[in-house]
Amino acid sequence: MGYLLWVIVALPLAGAFINGVIGRKMSRNGVNIFALGSTGLSFIFAIDAFLDLLALPPEHRVLDNTVYSWISAGALNVDVGFMLDPLSGLWLLVVTGVGFLIHVYSTGYMEHDKSYWRFFCYLNLFMFSMLMLILGNNFLLMFIGWEGVGLCSYLLIGYDYHRDAAATAGKKAFVMNRIGDFGFLLGMMLIYVTFGTLDYQAVFNAAPATLHYGGTVATAITLLLFLGATGKSAQIPLFTWLPDAMEGPTPVSALIHAATMVTAGVYMLCRSSALFDMAPTTMTVVAVIGCATALFAATIGLFQKDIKRVLAYSTVSQLGYMFMACGVGGYVAAAFHVMTHAFFKACLFLGSGSVIHAMSGEQNMEKMGDLKRHMPKTYWTFLISTLAISGIVPFAGFFSKDEILADTFNSGHTVLWIIGAIAAGITAFYMFRLVFMTFHGESRVEPEAMHHLHESPDSMTTPLIVLAGLAAVGGFLGVPLIEGWNVLHNFLGPVFEHGAVAAHAAAEHAEHPSVMLEVGLMILSLGVAAAGIYVAYYFYILNTKKRDELYEKLSGIHKVIYNKYYIDEIYDAVFTHPIVNVSREMLHKVIDVIVIDGCVNGTASFFATLSAWAKRIQTGFVRDYAFSMLFATLLFVIYYVMGLS
Amino acid sequence: MSFPWLSVVTFIPLLGALLLLFIDGENKNIIRVTTFIIGIVDFIISIPLFFMFKSGTAEMQFVERIDWIKSFGIEYSMGIDGISLFLVLLTTFSCMVVYLSTWTAIEKSVKEFNIALLVLQTAMIGVFCALDFVLFYFFWELMLIPMYLLIGVWGGARRIYATVKFFIYTMAGSVLMLLAILVLYVEHHAQTGVYSFDILQYHGMVLNPVTQFWLFLAFFVAFAIKVPVWPFHTWLPDAHVEAPTAGSVILAGIMLKMGTYGFLRFAMPIFPEAAHAAVWWISGIALVGIIYGALVAMVQEDVKKLVAYSSVSHLGYVVLGSFAFTVHGIEGSILQMINHGISTGALFLIVGIIYERRHTRLISEFGGLARVMPMFATVFMIVTLSSIALPGTNGFVGEFLILLGVFEANVFYAVLATTGVIFGAVYMLWMFQRVMFGEVTNENNKNLPDMTCREWAYMLPMIVVIFWLGVYPNPVIERMEASVKNLVAVTSRGAVAERKKPPVLAKVVIPDPVKEDN
Repeated sequence: MGYLLWVIVALPLAGAFINGVIGRKMSRNGVNIFALGSTGLSFIFAIDAFLDLLALPPEHRVLDNTVYSWISAGALNVDVGFMLDPLSGLWLLVVTGVGFLIHVYSTGYMEHDKSYWRFFCYLNLFMFSMLMLILGNNFLLMFIGWEGVGLCSYLLIGYDYHRDAAATAGKKAFVMNRIGDFGFLLGMMLIYVTFGTLDYQAVFNAAPATLHYGGTVATAITLLLFLGATGKSAQIPLFTWLPDAMEGPTPVSALIHAATMVTAGVYMLCRSSALFDMAPTTMTVVAVIGCATALFAATIGLFQKDIKRVLAYSTVSQLGYMFMACGVGGYVAAAFHVMTHAFFKACLFLGSGSVIHAMSGEQNMEKMGDLKRHMPKTYWTFLISTLAISGIVPFAGFFSKDEILADTFNSGHTVLWIIGAIAAGITAFYMFRLVFMTFHGESRVEPEAMHHLHESPDSMTTPLIVLAGLAAVGGFLGVPLIEGWNVLHNFLGPVFEHGAVAAHAAAEHAEHPSVMLEVGLMILSLGVAAAGIYVAYYFYILNTKKRDELYEKLSGIHKVIYNKYYIDEIYDAVFTHPIVNVSREMLHKVIDVIVIDGCVNGTASFFATLSAWAKRIQTGFVRDYAFSMLFATLLFVIYYVMGLS
Repeated sequence: MSFPWLSVVTFIPLLGALLLLFIDGENKNIIRVTTFIIGIVDFIISIPLFFMFKSGTAEMQFVERIDWIKSFGIEYSMGIDGISLFLVLLTTFSCMVVYLSTWTAIEKSVKEFNIALLVLQTAMIGVFCALDFVLFYFFWELMLIPMYLLIGVWGGARRIYATVKFFIYTMAGSVLMLLAILVLYVEHHAQTGVYSFDILQYHGMVLNPVTQFWLFLAFFVAFAIKVPVWPFHTWLPDAHVEAPTAGSVILAGIMLKMGTYGFLRFAMPIFPEAAHAAVWWISGIALVGIIYGALVAMVQEDVKKLVAYSSVSHLGYVVLGSFAFTVHGIEGSILQMINHGISTGALFLIVGIIYERRHTRLISEFGGLARVMPMFATVFMIVTLSSIALPGTNGFVGEFLILLGVFEANVFYAVLATTGVIFGAVYMLWMFQRVMFGEVTNENNKNLPDMTCREWAYMLPMIVVIFWLGVYPNPVIERMEASVKNLVAVTSRGAVAERKKPPVLAKVVIPDPVKEDN
C-alpha cells in the first residue's frame, strides 16, 4: 500500500496551489473546502497507511514508495521517494492530526483576516513541506522539506508583513535557519562522499561497517547535522529566532513553532541514530547543549510578560529536553516527548490564542487576570495542558519527561540529570505563574477590552478540548516499569537497533537500575514540580506583596533575565553590525570603489595622460618638424661615423 | 546534408533585423510585435534541438561544415554538445521574453533598438555554436557592438561612461585572447603541418608548460572579464545600472555565460595542465567573489546594483564548480549558468517592472509594495527564492551539485563556498523586506498598478522554468552528462601532472586562498 504515501504528501500541496491561485476569488467556505479538505484527507490516508504499517510484523515495518528519479548526475542518484516506518509513522500522525486540528482552529481565529486565503495557502504549503521532511526516504528530500518548512515559517511569521517587527522576525528566522543549513549541507556532502549515496537505508545499513566508532568522519558528519538541528529546533546558539517568531499569528505559533516544525531537528537526530550512535563525542555535545538549552530558556521564561513569549521560551526549553534525550541515546524518550509536547504545547498556544482573541489582541499578562470566569473552556483545557507540561502525574508530560530524566540518569550523566530536574521545577513555576496571572487573581483587564471579553467559538474550543484530552491521556502510550506496557517502546524500539552499534550502546547501559530507584527518581521529580507550582502559587496568589519586594531586591538579575540576557544585543554587536559595517565602509566604499575600480579607471587615465603628453609632439609647425628631421639625421650621421671609425 | 538547424536558429534574428529595415520607424507597435514574433519563431525552431539531441554521446551534434577561407584553414563550422545546447536554448528563450518585456520601456528609436537586439541574438547564438576559432571570434566581437549601443543610446544618465568602460574592458581581454588564438594556430601548424582553426583539434594538444601557462592566462583573463570574476567585475555594476532593462537581462542572463562557457570550451580542455596548476588561485578568487560579491550586494542602495553584485557571487560558484574538475562540479556549473540566466534575468525584469512605474531603483524609495501589488509580490518572492537556491526551485539543484563537486575535490573550498548560502539569503531577503514589506510610506507608491497581462505573459514562462528545473532537472542533466564526462576525461591529463608535483609545493600553495579571504 506504499502508493498512499505520495498522496498524503501531495494533497496539501494541491490545496496550497488551488488556494494560492484562485483563493483570492473564493469565499471563505471555498477556501476552507480545499484547505481543510486536503489536510483532513491527508490525515485519513495517514491513518490508513499507519494501519497498513501496523499490520506488518514488527521487524519488517517499512513501506516504501519511490515516485521518480529527481537528480541523477554522475554517481549521484536521488529519488523522490517516501518511506514509512514506525518513526516517521509517529510523526506522520502527529503532524497530520495536530495539523488538521489547527486548521480547524484557524478558521475561527483568522475569521476577520483580509487575506484569509493566503494564510491557508501558506498553512497547506507548510503541511506539504513537513510531510516531505518526515516521509522522504533520503537526506536530500529531508532537506527539501527542511527548507520548505523554513520558507513557510518565514512567510507565516511575516504574515502581517506591513508590521516591521513581523517582517524582521521572519527574516531573522530564515537567516538563522540558513546558518544551521550550512551544517546540514556540509553534513550531507560528507555523507555522500563517505557512503556514495544519500539514501537512508543504504547509509544506515553501511554505517556500522563504514564508520569507525568515535572516528573523525562519524563525529564530523553528526556534528554538522546537529548544527542544522540547532537552527531548526532553536537550540543554543541559534535559538533567538524562535521567541521573535511569535510575531506570527497564534495558530502558526502552535503548529509550526511548537508542535511540528521545531521538532524536525529531533526527527533528524532520531532518523540518523545509526550515525549518531557511532559518534560518542557528538552525543555528549548534543546532550550538553540540550540540557543547557533546557535550563537557559527556562530561566528566561521566568519573568516574561508576554503570554506567547513565555510559551516560546518554554518550547525552546522543552526542545532542549528532547535533545538531551537523544544525546544520552534515549531516542524513544525523545520521540515520546515530541508527541506529548505536540499535544500540550499546541493546546497551550491555541489556548493563549483564544485568550488573545478574546482580549482583542492584548498579549501582556499584566493586563489580564481572572479570565477563568469568562472563558471556562479555554481555562480548563489550558490548565490540563499546564499540568501536563509541569510533569504532574498522570498527565502526558509526566511520563515523557520522566522517561527522559530516567534515561539521562541511567546513562550516568548525573549532572545533566540534576540540571534537567531543576529546569523541570522552573518550568512548573513559570507555567503556573502564567496560569495564575492570566486566569486567576484580580482582573487587570482594561475596560475597553472588558466589553467584548468572550469565550471563543466552537471552531476554536473544539480543537482545544481534543488536544487537552490527548495531553491528559497521551502519556499512557509509554507507561514505565511494567513490562510490556510501554507500547511506544515496543513500537519504536526496532528503528533504533543498529546491529553492531546496538552492542556498544548496550554495553554502556549495562546495568539497569532497580525499580526502587526509578520510583524514587519519579517521586523526586514530582516533588520538584510540586514545589515549583507552590512557589508560583505563593508569589502570584497568596502573597503578591512579597513578590514585588523580592523583585525589587533582585532588580538587577530580574532586568538581565527579562532582557533575555541581552543575547540578541550581543549577537548584533558581535556579528551583524561588524559584518554590515565592514561590508559597507570597507569592502564597498574602499576596496571596490577606490582600490579595484580605481585601478581600472587609473589605467584608463594613465593612457589618457600619456597621449595628452605625446600629442604635444604634433605641434603643426613646419619648423618643429624640420628641426626634428635635422636632429634625427644628425644622430644617424654621428652613429655611422662613430661606427665606421 | 541534413537540415542546417543551427544556422537557421542563429541567423533568423539577423534576417529579422533586415526585415525591420523595411518597416517605417513610426510604426512602433508593428516593430515591437514583429520583433516578438521573430523571437517566438526562433525559440520554437530551437526546441527540436532539445528533443533531437542524442544524450549519451560527447560528439558534437547538428554539425555543419563549409570551407570559408580554405588557404588559412578557416571553416564555417557549427555544432553543439551537452554544454552548449542549453546555452543556445537559454538564449532563444530569454530573448523571446525580453522582446516582449520592452514594449513600454523604450519609446526612443524603437526600430534601431530592436534591430540591435536582434543582431545581438544572432551573435550570442553564434558564439555558443561556433566550432571554428575565427567564426567564434567573429561572433564574440559582433556581440559587443549592439550591446555597446544598447547601453550607450538607450541607457541612463551615466550611459556613456558605462558603455565605454564595458566596451574597452571586454575588448582588452578579447585582444589577449586573439593573440593566444594566433599562437595556438601557429603551434598547431608546427605540430601537424595542417592549418586549422578547428576548436576541437586543439583539445588535448600537447604544449610545453610555459607556453601553456601564458596562453591559458590570456584566455583566462579574457573570459574572467566577461564573467566577471573578482577582481575584474567593476564594469558590471556600472553597465547594469545604466543599461535599459532589456540590456540588463541579456547581459546578465546570457552574455556573462560566455565567460564561463569559454572556460569549459577553451581554457580547460586546451590547457589541462595549466588549468589544473591554476586551480588554487582561480578557486581562491572565485571564493573571494562568492563572499565579497554577497557582502557588497548586501549594502547596495540601488536594486540593480544589488543584483549585479549578486551575479558576481553566483558566477563565483560557477567558476569554482568548473575548476573542481569533477562531474558533479561541472554539471552543477552548467546548470547554474542556466539557473542564473533564468533567475537573475527574471530579477532584472522585476526591477524593470517597478522602474517603469516609479522611474527609480533606490531601495529607500520603496517599501510596502506587497500591499499595493500583491500579484507582483508573489512573483517577486518566487524569483527571490530561486535566486537564494531554495530546494524545489532551479537554483538548488545547480548549487548543490556545485558544492558537492567542490567538496569531492577540496573540502576546504566547499566549506568556504557554503557560507555563501547564508549571505545569499541575507542580502536577498533584506532587499525584499525593504522593497515589499512594511507600511507604504512613500505617497508615490500608494496607487501603483499591479502586474499587467503582458507582464504576466513574460514572467510566467520564467516561473515555469524555475519550478521545472527544480523539480525535474533530469532531462537537462542527462543531456549534458556525456559531454561533461568527456571534458573531465580530457582535462584529467592535467590532474596527473599536478599529482606528480612534489608534495611540498602543494603544501605551500594551499593556504594562499585563505589569506585572500580574510
